[in-house]
Amino acid sequence: MTVTKKTRLVVIGNGMAGIRTLEELLKLAPDLYDITVFGAEPYGNYNRILLSPVLAGEMTIKDIMLNDVDWYAQNGITLHLNKKVTQIDRMRRKVVAADGSEADYDRLLLATGSNPFMLPVPGKSLPGVVSYRDIKDTGEMIEAASRYRHAVVIGGGLLGLEAANGLKLRGMDVTVVHLMPWLMERQLDRTAAGLLQQSLEAKGLKFLLEKQTAELIAGESGRVCAIKLKPALSNAEGDGETLPADLVVMAVGIRPNTGLAEAAGLHCDRGVVVNDTLQTYDPRIYAVGECVSHRGISYGLVAPLFEQAKVCANHLAQLGISRYTGSVTSTKLKVTGIDLFSAGDFTGGEGVEEIVLSDPAAGVYKKLVVKDDKIVGSVLYGDTADGSWYFQLLRDGQNIRESRDRLMSGQSHLGNSGHQGQSNAASMPDDMEVCGCNGVCKGTIVKAIKEKGLFTLNDVRKHTKASASCGSCTGLVEQILASTIGGAYQPADVSRKPVCSCTDYTHEEIRKAIIERKLKSIPEAMSFFEWRNVNGCASCRPALNYYLLCAWPHDYQDDPQSRFINERAHANIQKDGTYSVVPRIYGGITTPAQLKRIAEVAEKYAVPTVKVTGGQRIDLLGVKKEDLPKVWADLDMPSGFAYGKSTRTVKTCVGSEWCRFGVQDSTNMGIVLEKALDRMWAPHKVKLAVSGCPRNCAEATIKDVGIVGVDSGWEIYVAGNGGIKAEVSLFLVKVKSAEEVMEYASAFIQLYREEARYLDRTVHWVQRVGMDYVKKRIVEDAAGRKVLYERLKDALRDEKDPWQERVRGMETREYAPIKFHSLNAH
Amino acid sequence: MSEWKKVCALEEIPRLGSRVVQTGKGDVAVFRSGSDEVFALRDQCPHKGGPLSQGIVFDRKVTCPLHGLTVQLDSGEAVAPDKGCTHRYRARVDKGEVYLNLS
Ligand code: SRM
Ligand SMILES: Cc1cc2nc3c(=O)[nH]c(=O)nc-3n(C[C@H](O)[C@H](O)[C@H](O)COP(=O)(O)OP(=O)(O)OC[C@H]3O[C@@H](n4cnc5c(N)ncnc54)[C@H](O)[C@@H]3O)c2cc1C
Ligand code: SF4
Ligand code: FES
Repeated sequence: MTVTKKTRLVVIGNGMAGIRTLEELLKLAPDLYDITVFGAEPYGNYNRILLSPVLAGEMTIKDIMLNDVDWYAQNGITLHLNKKVTQIDRMRRKVVAADGSEADYDRLLLATGSNPFMLPVPGKSLPGVVSYRDIKDTGEMIEAASRYRHAVVIGGGLLGLEAANGLKLRGMDVTVVHLMPWLMERQLDRTAAGLLQQSLEAKGLKFLLEKQTAELIAGESGRVCAIKLKPALSNAEGDGETLPADLVVMAVGIRPNTGLAEAAGLHCDRGVVVNDTLQTYDPRIYAVGECVSHRGISYGLVAPLFEQAKVCANHLAQLGISRYTGSVTSTKLKVTGIDLFSAGDFTGGEGVEEIVLSDPAAGVYKKLVVKDDKIVGSVLYGDTADGSWYFQLLRDGQNIRESRDRLMSGQSHLGNSGHQGQSNAASMPDDMEVCGCNGVCKGTIVKAIKEKGLFTLNDVRKHTKASASCGSCTGLVEQILASTIGGAYQPADVSRKPVCSCTDYTHEEIRKAIIERKLKSIPEAMSFFEWRNVNGCASCRPALNYYLLCAWPHDYQDDPQSRFINERAHANIQKDGTYSVVPRIYGGITTPAQLKRIAEVAEKYAVPTVKVTGGQRIDLLGVKKEDLPKVWADLDMPSGFAYGKSTRTVKTCVGSEWCRFGVQDSTNMGIVLEKALDRMWAPHKVKLAVSGCPRNCAEATIKDVGIVGVDSGWEIYVAGNGGIKAEVSLFLVKVKSAEEVMEYASAFIQLYREEARYLDRTVHWVQRVGMDYVKKRIVEDAAGRKVLYERLKDALRDEKDPWQERVRGMETREYAPIKFHSLNAH
Repeated sequence: MSEWKKVCALEEIPRLGSRVVQTGKGDVAVFRSGSDEVFALRDQCPHKGGPLSQGIVFDRKVTCPLHGLTVQLDSGEAVAPDKGCTHRYRARVDKGEVYLNLS
């Protein structure tokens, strides 16, 4: 037997960034390395950010373990706990720990985090003076709280305030001493900080601002007993005050822990310097986490460190396809009952505008900082419901010109349905339902986040099903995540969204390559992009199928097995496994003969429910799958595509033909549009409506494309949505003739078909690319518009009616069950 | 009574697809994987009884069409973190024919 020796990877630092890197690495390349981890602390990997709830008595150490010792064993990782590495020998490629143990490496990962900064004042090493960094510090603080009365926290930043809050909850008398004129000055402006201070004072905390520590004084027992402050900065004369202090917590900042790296001669500059692949100046050595300096920045929050971990793992796994280019961070204070969110830059400056909503009586303050029509910073106090939304706009650099007047009223207040109109998670009781589809309460979500160590929206969806169905409660779930895990929560990066976990490539990259590389089948596309799973999954296959079909309308051989059942069977599956049949009734106009035929079919097949739909047509519900082809044959009507990511309905009103107000023939316009767009597949469903006058009885302004007749012509609106989250459509253009309506509407839809991500409704796509872009392509560029229109017509030219094709015998086995009792035994 | 019955030719089941077999014990879904293995499960999702035969098949898994639970074809177990299990039957391919055993 020959044993090939595996490459050896040694990790120094058993903390959040290092172990997250290992988790990512094991997903990508489980067998590549022989892994050894050194940790200076005596514990497995725990969720450091939850030390705050531990101190506050809301959680225990057991609750916050992310990877216990068994996890290392199960993954074949050699774990050295309680062993601090004291030397890296780069010549011999080995590390040496304080107790003399050694490990050889081929690759080394530095993840040593940071050290709390201790003020160089007399008395800083007295017993009773602690930092706030790890389980040991937290234990000391809890212990002190049970025996002593007076605590002083030096530093009014995030960490200091969370420490002060915890100690207060444990019954201590707490004073926060802060050097600056207001709290959390790096995350908050003066007004928000004032509100925060008020609420904390209401909880019983005391504050001394613009005060500097002169010295810490020992009592008789040798333990710290008081803190002496310097005279106020403005008057340097006289003596400063002295406060009693049995416990002093220094929370004045952290410094990247680079001692070991520097001693080994690695280039450091306020952090171990790494490039975009998280590699240090020694190509065998990588570094992640708080100890790192990337493009001159060291991060002190978990979200960016996890992004680093992901990229670093990719390179350690020798895939070499991703880069870390830096992060924008956001902050959330984890003090129960206080709602505070801050992101980006809000200090003002040249060319910067501020949009402010201030309602001190209600305890609400919101500030958005805008530069060049983009949000560059935001501070929210009291109502943080829209924090993630603003943060997303900020990170994506979205142009907000169009939506500016609506920004302050927030995203979550606009027509969201399904959770009793709630938009503020903090004020919801634990037993209140958050997710109306899956019946999940707030308490269940919080518990899962804490106990299972969840960090992302996807994790929460997987474990609790909250927001996993219609998604209307996503904003609430994000808030709950953010307030439970603080700044460690980062909304998914929408600007770079991989298709699914089978690949790291984005929708856009894949669509581009399909065309440029002339990829013409799902297996070709998957092999070109080195898909991780041979047959992909239920998310990516339908997306690829659509992208190929859109790129090669006449050459691509549709793959029914990569379609969701509704599109495969051309009928909507119901909860009992039967199907519904919705024939097309163009523009909602039917005839007595048609109605009779529908009635006869309903009787013949004993259809249990016949319903008039919200889309102006008729739904036959409860048809057995094997009867579908017969029902279609007898109906002899075209498929209504009520089951597809495709053209759904074109709703119309009676219009000028009958209505006393009608100024345009909306009914006929609707029929013409529906016929032209019939059988069209799209990234998601496409709904249109045409109204004959601005009274708008066809509800055209909540449709993907809405047309409103006016005396002098037609107004065209786009990107509306009437579903989960109602969105009013945006004005695109006004035209004179029905031909122009056809051209503009078609061109818009084709642009959406070619550029949106699979499962984007028009509204999601337009919100991302901006209405300016859409107008540029559809309104300003006449030649481009015509090309788009022609491409859509060409794509639809030989699409056949799927029902009639199946009536004629296509895919018969899809509908035919096999009867077991009539089979012969073998 | 251990009885193997011939169900259909392998070609009669689409690759990465399935066929429904109606039996005295209820519907059974017979799946064909990308590498031409066959598996049989009771055609009822452990979540709310959705017809697994109608789901999207990949690898040795199927995703339920109703609410997206994924079930392992070779064991009938739901893929973590979901829980639940659906009854599994024996199925095999022999000379291009698919056989099913319900005992
Ligand atoms: C039948 C109908 C309700 C009715 O009894 O009136 C209906 C029924 C369903 N709707 Fe709807 N929707 C119906 C009109 C609507 C409307 C109103 C409209 O079109 O004017 C809306 C809001 C408008 C919009 O889409 O912007 C609507 C918003 C939704 C949504 C949310 C879409 C969104 O982007 O927010 C879903 C879920 C989805 O598609 O993911 C949905 C999904 C569904 C599904 C397909 C659920 C499913 O996946 O099985 C239901 C299928 C039942 C069936 O088998 O027929 N239905 N649905 C209506 C069919 C219209 C038709 O003739 O085709
Ligand atoms: C109380 C508290 C609350 C926080 N709240 C939040 C929050 O709400 N949101 C947020 O995003 N972030 C928060 N943070 C910050 C967050 O915890 C850190 O950013 C994160 O833990 C850094 O990860 P890391 O792996 O770089 O460092 P660490 O998690 O500190 O891990 C480094 C590990 O390396 C070990 N080590 C160091 N040197 C050696 C050596 N020579 N040999 C062996 N082992 C060594 C250390 O003992 C440590 O265990 C909080 C931090 C604290 C302390
Ligand atoms: S028809 Fe639409 S609103 Fe009614 S239950 Fe189904 S998805 Fe929900
Ligand atoms: S019935 Fe299968 S996921 Fe709900």
